Parts: sequence; structure tokens; C-alpha cells
Amino acid sequence: MDRKAEIVIVGGGPAGLAAAAAAYKRGIDAEKIWIIERDKELGGILNQCIHNGFGLHTFKEELTGPEYAARYISQVKEIGISCLLQTIVVDIQADADGKKRVVAMNRKDGLFEIETEAVILAMGCRERPRGALNIPGYRPAGIYSAGTAQHYVNIEGRMPGKEVVILGSGDIGLIMARRMTLEGAKVKLVAELMPYSGGLKRNIVQCLDDFGIPLKLSHTVIDIDGKERVKGVTVAQVDENRKPIPGTEEYISCDTLLLSCGLIPENELSTGMGVTLNPVTSGPVVNESLETNIPGVFACGNVLHVHDLVDYVSEEAENAGCHAADYVRRMEKGEGGKAAKEAKEAGKEAGKGKEEGGMAIPVKCAGGVRYTVPSLVRPSCMQEEQIIRFRVGNVYKNAVLTVQFDDTVVMKINKRVMAPGEMEQIKLKKSKLEEFPGLGEITVVVEESRL
Amino acid sequence: MSEKKENKTELTCIRCPIGCLLTVTERSDGTLDVEGNTCKRGEEYGRKELSNPTRIVTSTVRVKNGSHFMVSVKTKEDVPKGKMKDCIEALKGIEVEAPIHIGEVILSNVAGTGVDIVATKSVERR
Repeated sequence: MDRKAEIVIVGGGPAGLAAAAAAYKRGIDAEKIWIIERDKELGGILNQCIHNGFGLHTFKEELTGPEYAARYISQVKEIGISCLLQTIVVDIQADADGKKRVVAMNRKDGLFEIETEAVILAMGCRERPRGALNIPGYRPAGIYSAGTAQHYVNIEGRMPGKEVVILGSGDIGLIMARRMTLEGAKVKLVAELMPYSGGLKRNIVQCLDDFGIPLKLSHTVIDIDGKERVKGVTVAQVDENRKPIPGTEEYISCDTLLLSCGLIPENELSTGMGVTLNPVTSGPVVNESLETNIPGVFACGNVLHVHDLVDYVSEEAENAGCHAADYVRRMEKGEGGKAAKEAKEAGKEAGKGKEEGGMAIPVKCAGGVRYTVPSLVRPSCMQEEQIIRFRVGNVYKNAVLTVQFDDTVVMKINKRVMAPGEMEQIKLKKSKLEEFPGLGEITVVVEESRL
Repeated sequence: MSEKKENKTELTCIRCPIGCLLTVTERSDGTLDVEGNTCKRGEEYGRKELSNPTRIVTSTVRVKNGSHFMVSVKTKEDVPKGKMKDCIEALKGIEVEAPIHIGEVILSNVAGTGVDIVATKSVERR
């Protein structure tokens, strides 16, 4: 059973849904857009995020996760976009002629292939598991990633435990601290290895402070007690090198340990087809069109870089959808073979030299900026306003954010607080960029104010 | 997360994930002045948080004969902060029959707040 598409979208979460709707609005036929989703329903992780706070940017109202998802799902269904549920993509290949082959499988159709012009990667991310955290101790029952616990409570209707310690202060952990407290569990502590929280400030306020749950920064779990079931954990303070300080150990009895220690973009499919990843984000390196080093392969949402706000995921995904649609149109006009060949050459040098659409200017990070998305900008392909998203690597109070075109400062913004847990963005103007012909690089800098 | 400085209180707005830093100043006539907000909701939050703090409560309710075990629900409007637990308690033991439509009232006047609990997801009949 072989099928033909123009755009295949891998993942039916918020990114995939928004990308699909945008590609349709940009002129691609509904039946030529395919969403492939491994779960039994669309919406992705939003389905288990029953709390509110979604959609204020997009819809100017405060929605819960399922409500936010429902808006996009009904759009996609009304348009008539083809959605394959309970179907997993196992491999994607880019052929020499620029076409892509997506290999997928499900129970009904078995293994099958879809031929497509463009692919949008929208697989999202997953949680860092215990195995990646190096916590000694047995492997008793009662240790869950925060998202797994969220699935048990909100989807299955089951409580994972009664006395809870949470390691890591990521947003899902904070949300689960409140959720389990409201459902009758005792959340004894949230321990965070870093000297600052990984989650949004508002979640510390409404999920911990509202319920008097203590948050200990620069603390970690150094031992897990219990053989069949968790009996308790030993928590210790850590020094500036994140090493436990002897004498600060404290035993806390509990039957459940939740881990909220970061999210990692899920890019096995991407690397399998030769997409270059950024080691900082673990997501693909993309240009202003959210296109990876493989022409016609785009990325958006948490597979590209982990977001705090679904609203920005949708916005980013809409851009990816539009760019993918434009790519398909260009290929139809017969630029296919030539462009693919050229881009393949350019792709080898990943962002250096001439590419389809002119010179790519690298966007570099300095000071506290850890990464930017995109990390390459081709002025000729830019829209008038180009959003550059980034994160800082530490907490900055009274920070100064500057953007430099080579050595010239073109933008300077004062910020009261910047934190690693909060994604930031700036808008580059195409007209401004055109004032700098032959520009070598764009640099985004965050520094502490010297005032 | 509030910090008193004379008659000024520093708050983090929780109305959306931007989390604006608000400074609420209490004037001598008792009125509250909000600064630092980037939208109208922030101003409202700053005033309310110091006079009558409220929250939207979200939870889940068991479903009978549905495509899902649970349906997610919320208070249609915000309820007094102190009433959050009562709202959750009132939902325990409730079971609703599928199909359920998004926005449908699941429980009216929850815990005497005058606010209804509504479904935030549609669940089909199994």
C-alpha cells in the first residue's frame, strides 16, 4: 500500500496540527497533507495537561490543554486533512531527486511507504529518565517521571502514591506537585540541583507557594531507599560544582519519587535521515524558514527546541507549515532537481557559503545566551519580521539584551529578570538587515547591567 | 512569592505564562495601583491578589461508557483561593455518562461558590 503526499507531518500534537492547518491555508490540498500520530487521538501531550494557562496569545483567552488542542483538532478535521492515528513512523529517507520517503506502520496497514515533497518534523520531546540521572539505589516501584505521573492521574484516573518527593523543578513537576496535593497526596519537597528553578516563576507561585510546598534549590537526591517500593530518599545540598556537601544529608520518608529533570527533543528519526542537530538544544539546526540542512525537511515545536508556551509552538509551527507549502510550490515549478542538488552541496558545509536563496548569515550567541533558533538567516528569504527565540544559561537581574550586526549594536533592551526557565525572543527587521550589505554575522548578547 | 516593601508588594502575575513582575502600591486612601503588567489581566490580578485572591481549579471526573476513563474539567470562572480543595472534594465520587461535550456543565454551583464545573474535553460513547 503506497501513498503520495505533498507534505507529511510527523506528530499530531500542537506543532503538527498548527503546521497542517497553515500549510492548507497556504494553498496545499487537504488530501495532500498527512499527519501521522502514534497515539490513538490527536492533541499530543496537551491531552494530559488539564491545567489552565494555554492560549492567551493565540486566542486571547485562558484555556486548559485539552481545550487548546480541541480548537486545532476541529480545524484540522474541518479542513479534511488526512490523519493516520496509532501509526508510527519508523524511517524517513531523502532521495537524490529531492523527494522523501516516509516509512510508517500500523496494525491495519502493516508497513507502508508515503512519498512526499516535504516533511515537517513535529515529534515533540520526552522526559529525561532516571537512568540518565545517576541516582544510586535499588529500582523499586514508585519512581516516575512527572509526565508519567500526570498521565496516570489525569488520563487513567489513578494516583501513583501518597507521600511524594519531586526531584527537579521543571514545569511538569511543579504542575504535578499541585495536582497531587489537590488529590490528597502529601508533597513533601521539591529538590532542584541548580541554584535556580527550571520552571516558570508563575508555576512556583501557583503550584508551590499556594500550597506551602517547600522548594530547596541546590539540593539533589543522593540515595533512594526501598527494595520493592520506595520507602524514602536521601536529599543533600550541593556545592557550586553540583557535588553533594557531606553533612547536609537529610532522609525524607516517601512512597513516590517524581522526576522533572528536563525535556529532550525526540530526534531519532531526524538524525536517521541525516539532519544536523544543535548540541545545545538537541534539536535540528534550522534557518529562518525553519528548514533543516536537508531541503524540504522542516522542524517546529518541541522537537526543534523545548518551549514553555504552547502558543509559541503553534506560531512557530504555522511558519513551518507555510514554508513547507512554499517549498512544495517551488518544486512543482520545476526547481526540484536543481535546487536539491545545490542545497545538498551547501548542506555539506551546513550554513557556510552560498545556499538556495543567497548567503546565510549565522546568528551567534554571546554572554549568557545559550542558543538561538534559527541559527542561520538568509535575508532574501526573510519575512519583514523574523522572530529569533533563545534562552539564557543563568539567572540575570537587570540584564541588558543587545543585538549586534558584526560590531554594530542595532538593538538594546533592558530586562528586569531573565532566567533559563523562560524562553525569550527578539524580532529582526529585514529592512534593518538590508542596511548592512555583506554582513558577516548577527550576535545576540545578554549581560548583567553595569549600572 | 510576595515581598513587602513599605506599602509596595511585589508579585509574579500568574494569569499567563509570561509571568510579569508586578508592583502593587497601596495608596493612603486604600486604592491599589498596579505597575509592571503588560496587559489588562495583570492589573486585575494585582488588585485581586491583594484583596480577594482567586484561582481557576482544574481536575478530572470519572466517565461511564466512554472512549476515555476520565474527562478533564474546570471551574467556569475563578473561585476563592481558599475554596480550591472543597471544589476538588465535591468532584470525588462523581461519575458522568458519555457522550460528554466540551463546555457541558458537569456540576453546578460547586462547593457553594456559585461557579459551575464544565468539561474541557469531549468524550465519545464507547
